[in-house]
Amino acid sequence: MSEAVTALKNARYDAGIATISEIGPLGMITIRGDLEAAFLRKVINKTVGLERPESGMCNSDGTSAVAWMSPDELLLICPHAQVAEVLSRLLAAFEDTHTLAVDVSGARAAFRIEGTHAREVLAKLAPVDLAPAKFTPGMFRRTRVGQVPAAFWLLEDGAFQVVCFRSVAQYMFDQLKVAAQPGSAVGHFSAP
Amino acid sequence: MLILTCPCCHVTAEETEFHGGGEAHLKRVGPDGAEGDFESYLFMRQNPKGVHLERWRHVYGCGKWFHMARDTATLEVFGSYAAQTLAPPDHIVDAIRKRHPDWQWPAAS
Repeated sequence: MSEAVTALKNARYDAGIATISEIGPLGMITIRGDLEAAFLRKVINKTVGLERPESGMCNSDGTSAVAWMSPDELLLICPHAQVAEVLSRLLAAFEDTHTLAVDVSGARAAFRIEGTHAREVLAKLAPVDLAPAKFTPGMFRRTRVGQVPAAFWLLEDGAFQVVCFRSVAQYMFDQLKVAAQPGSAVGHFSAP
Repeated sequence: MLILTCPCCHVTAEETEFHGGGEAHLKRVGPDGAEGDFESYLFMRQNPKGVHLERWRHVYGCGKWFHMARDTATLEVFGSYAAQTLAPPDHIVDAIRKRHPDWQWPAAS
């Protein structure tokens, strides 16, 4: 099997007000179907040990995560080495129900933003209210970051994880670097 | 700048996360229709100064289409509702009439 390589070879930037790092390779599986169906909750719980997230949320246990993408779509994240196995277990469990699961690991890039000013760096680029009281750990949001579609969620440790298309990984990394450049702290959410 | 709420994922966001899709509730003219009617269906659109019903898509979010009522002059948003409706629901009409008591949906007449 060929070796999985991330788009930017795990590039890292830590000269600014927040640390930007490309993470991965991550295993990502898109699931589409009736999210209200009881069997889907059961299958997800059995496959990765997580509950189906409520609207706008992401359930994660450190190695795997399940995020709510839209009223009929979930994103399942797991270690890259386990994708094939998780996918085959999902497909076997879905049987002939009108449910779809596809491996999209190769189509995506993922970034981590950490540091005191992580909120601020992302708030400069996304049209989302990221005030600490409004955007709390576990919340998940699909939106745009700069000019490209992206999704992000807040981890328990205060870091953000951003997922975007692999084709725009360089753009995403570059704009996050600009938003995090030294001396650019606004101090909107915390003292500069 | 419009602030919209997607009725599918209930996210409230500003206009740039969405994309407008033109006039809502168009009724397609079928194979038996007259040429002139078909031309109107394809090309003739309302362009009101005031209340307008539109289709929008939550393009950077959940990706779903929905309907929205807004005022093209004041940019006031009266509300959004499901794409799977053939006419504006009562709560939207009520919200519009609070501001424009005499408003009638043109397609209803």
